Amino acid sequence: MSDVSKNNSGGGKELSKKERMAIPRTPIPEQDPHERAKNFDEVALGYSDEQAITEATRCLQCKKPKCVGGCPVGIDIPAFIDAIAHGDPAGAIAKLKEKTSFPAVCGRVCPQEEQCEQVCIVGKKHEPVAIGRLERYAADWEAKQGKAGKPEIAPSKGKRVGVVGSGPAGLTCAGELAKMGYEVVIYEALHKPGGVLTYGIPEFRLPKEIVFRECEYVESLGVEIKTDYVIGKTMTIDDMLANGHDAVFIANGAGLPVFMNIPGENLNGVFSANEFLTRANLMKAFKFPEYDTPIKVGKKVAVIGGGNVAMDAARTALRLGADVHMIYRRSREEMPARDEEIHHAEEEGIQFHLLNNPVQIIGDNDGWVEEIECIQMELGEPDESGRRRPVPVEGSEYRIPVDVVIMAIGTRSNPVLTQATPDLELNKWGNIVADPETLATSMEGVFAGGDIVTGAATVILAMGAGKTGARSIDRYLRGLPLKPEAEAETAEQASA
Amino acid sequence: MYKILEKEDYSDDTYMQVIEAPAVARAAKAGQFVIVRLHEEGERIPLTIADFDRDKGTVTIVVQAVGKTTRELQTYGVGDSIANLIGPLGVPSEIENFGTVICAGGGVGVAPVFPIARELKAAGNKVISIVAARTKSLILWEDRMREVSDEVIVTTDDGSYGRKCLVTEPLKELCEEGGVDLVYAIGPAIMMKFCCKTTEPFGVKTVVSLNSIMVDGTGMCGACRVAVDGETKFVCVDGPEFDGHAVDFDLLMSRQRQYLEQEKIAYDYYLECRGDKACLT
Ligand SMILES: Cc1cc2nc3c(=O)[nH]c(=O)nc-3n(C[C@H](O)[C@H](O)[C@H](O)COP(=O)(O)OP(=O)(O)OC[C@H]3O[C@@H](n4cnc5c(N)ncnc54)[C@H](O)[C@@H]3O)c2cc1C
Ligand SMILES: Cc1cc2nc3c(=O)[nH]c(=O)nc-3n(C[C@H](O)[C@H](O)[C@H](O)COP(=O)(O)OP(=O)(O)OC[C@H]3O[C@@H](n4cnc5c(N)ncnc54)[C@H](O)[C@@H]3O)c2cc1C
Ligand code: SF4
Ligand code: FES
Repeated sequence: MSDVSKNNSGGGKELSKKERMAIPRTPIPEQDPHERAKNFDEVALGYSDEQAITEATRCLQCKKPKCVGGCPVGIDIPAFIDAIAHGDPAGAIAKLKEKTSFPAVCGRVCPQEEQCEQVCIVGKKHEPVAIGRLERYAADWEAKQGKAGKPEIAPSKGKRVGVVGSGPAGLTCAGELAKMGYEVVIYEALHKPGGVLTYGIPEFRLPKEIVFRECEYVESLGVEIKTDYVIGKTMTIDDMLANGHDAVFIANGAGLPVFMNIPGENLNGVFSANEFLTRANLMKAFKFPEYDTPIKVGKKVAVIGGGNVAMDAARTALRLGADVHMIYRRSREEMPARDEEIHHAEEEGIQFHLLNNPVQIIGDNDGWVEEIECIQMELGEPDESGRRRPVPVEGSEYRIPVDVVIMAIGTRSNPVLTQATPDLELNKWGNIVADPETLATSMEGVFAGGDIVTGAATVILAMGAGKTGARSIDRYLRGLPLKPEAEAETAEQASA
Repeated sequence: MYKILEKEDYSDDTYMQVIEAPAVARAAKAGQFVIVRLHEEGERIPLTIADFDRDKGTVTIVVQAVGKTTRELQTYGVGDSIANLIGPLGVPSEIENFGTVICAGGGVGVAPVFPIARELKAAGNKVISIVAARTKSLILWEDRMREVSDEVIVTTDDGSYGRKCLVTEPLKELCEEGGVDLVYAIGPAIMMKFCCKTTEPFGVKTVVSLNSIMVDGTGMCGACRVAVDGETKFVCVDGPEFDGHAVDFDLLMSRQRQYLEQEKIAYDYYLECRGDKACLT
């Protein structure tokens, strides 16, 4: 046991509910906003042992914990928090890993305020228990111990599975299958594994060291990661099935950037957030010219959008020295980004132009961006998503002088793989159709999960899909019906 | 790591490398390209597959050194390895028996034209090739082009070899003579633009292979976008080949200049340090 247990301050049964609720939510130490606006180091610094124990003590250990239902993968939240409260981070990490493969990632990037923390009982009257920060604490504690405990690996099943994509869905699926005794190869199009965790989410929010540690962990389970492999080009799904893969899990994400189709969008200085972030994160352009890849930062940058991607692009541009203006067509309440990121962006000095929508980008004679024209919006009737639909205010157009525009209005599924796989059924948005319960696709032996099925979603949902995919592939390869109930029914019929 | 098995310098600025990449060679088709990254600090750059050998598991690239990465790659010799080689990317050339096809290559553009001409010839076309360059020392692969063409016309801007004219002159003459069913024109953007201007009045379909700036080469970033028929296309996944008469070449050329300032910094930095790590930090 670690020496953490010695400073166990509360945690025990001695505190009453009321006393627990009276403890204020423990703030997480953060880098000063002025300091961090100039560097790429992580913003939040993490709880100390004492802070973690204090925060864990706020949990009421509910008999019917609401938080668990709010967690997309159903982590036994009170159990892991109880372990922390009792100075047992090892026990906490074991509990977490029953459901999530990469708690160090989830603790940092999950939108807890819309999930577990939104429904936490303490949150009804006070601020909810800081579940995400505690998750991060437990994971960081484990990392500090050096080698992660290696789980048991089942004897070889003599079957081989190919996984397409090394984002959270692919990594999780591969890790689970390896533990079950399958030989697993991940094929990744880029030169580095990790998916969005590597090329999209910036260092200051999710240090790449953590992502590569998770990738190495998956490799330590026996998974081979082949980078530089574009499935649909270097090899097709049919090639994979014909050449020694007994099953395939497709987790190639939703990486195709969407543009607005407004005039001036192809001017020099207009980038997709994917391009901007890929240059900065994957290619390390923030270290140019030590690293070869250039990045155009600009003096005054407009970032279009209000999600995590927009926030990440804006805060990256800010760190590279730009004056950053975010343009979002709805109001702040509707911004899909995590609350914490919006808050951090404001603190760092990013200016928000809410209820504004770009209508055109104006260039100079050399083809470079000079201005962006926006129109003001007001909120009308709610749309299908339940959010009030923004409608333009006639005659309210105005221009902001800018030299770079970053489009962060969303991504769609990339057709490179699907176009080369005609037997794969797609929906009208180009996402792969998969059974919601089993993730089976229209092709025998081929399963799919993560953003490629759901459209751009979250890291935790992608991980959940990876687990489901692994379970289904295991059943498929053992010749069992994919749905356990179906098996039970057959058993019933047999005994009847 | 991808090992260089053969290397040949064609001039001070142009060279050929044969690289071991079995998976890419197995799937490669005429008209496709690879993305290459030399080392950990390297940039990803696109290079056309000028030839491939499925049995030996190799792909051939022909490169003109124009900046940091292409100059650095020139220093890689037989036995050296490059960190990443990704492909084959892009949509392969559409090959069928069109009748008479002109294959025009400008500068290193001749190399990417070669596998296309070879396929077109094999499909039964009459292939007339135009091998063009600024000056004699920059003419390359004339011998290979002769092997796969019914007729080869060589031009240099300065008249040091072949006809003294631009590539567009014989192209225009052939169009005037008539009977041309298709033109392939690959080379610098300006050369492709003028080839298209030449063929347009004759209504001869002209396919070009666009060389926009790229990052991933898999449709993920949009850096490579161009306008074709007024619609935005991604060169890496929708191309690289397009109907040249519908391409906005001025936009392409403007977008190619997007990083000029940084490219110069990177190149100077490289020349100063010549890969000396200690100097770089
Ligand atoms: C900038 C940004 C910030 C985000 N922030 C958050 C956040 O804070 N919290 C949160 O929960 N979610 C966030 N998300 C969303 C989250 O990252 C995704 O939902 C999640 O990564 C999806 O996982 P995935 O495994 O399905 O796909 P991805 O992570 O997209 O991984 C797919 C992988 O497949 C590879 N690939 C693609 N095509 C091929 C092919 N043909 N052959 C081989 N490999 C291929 C890709 O290169 C990639 O590595 C963010 C997304 C972005 C872009
Ligand atoms: C599909 C495609 C196929 C190509 N095939 C060949 C080939 O077979 N042989 C060959 O010599 N060249 C080819 N090119 C061009 C080659 O990619 C560029 O010359 C190279 O990237 C220049 O890099 P650099 O660092 O040496 O020079 P830089 O100084 O960085 O750039 C010089 C010029 O090259 C272009 N360029 C720069 N970076 C990129 C990039 N990442 N992607 C594309 N273009 C860029 C720009 O117009 C720039 O002004 C091809 C380009 C494309 C898009
Ligand atoms: S709902 Fe809140 S208080 Fe209750 S168990 Fe979950 S985290 Fe603890
Ligand atoms: S190079 Fe990134 S989309 Fe074409």
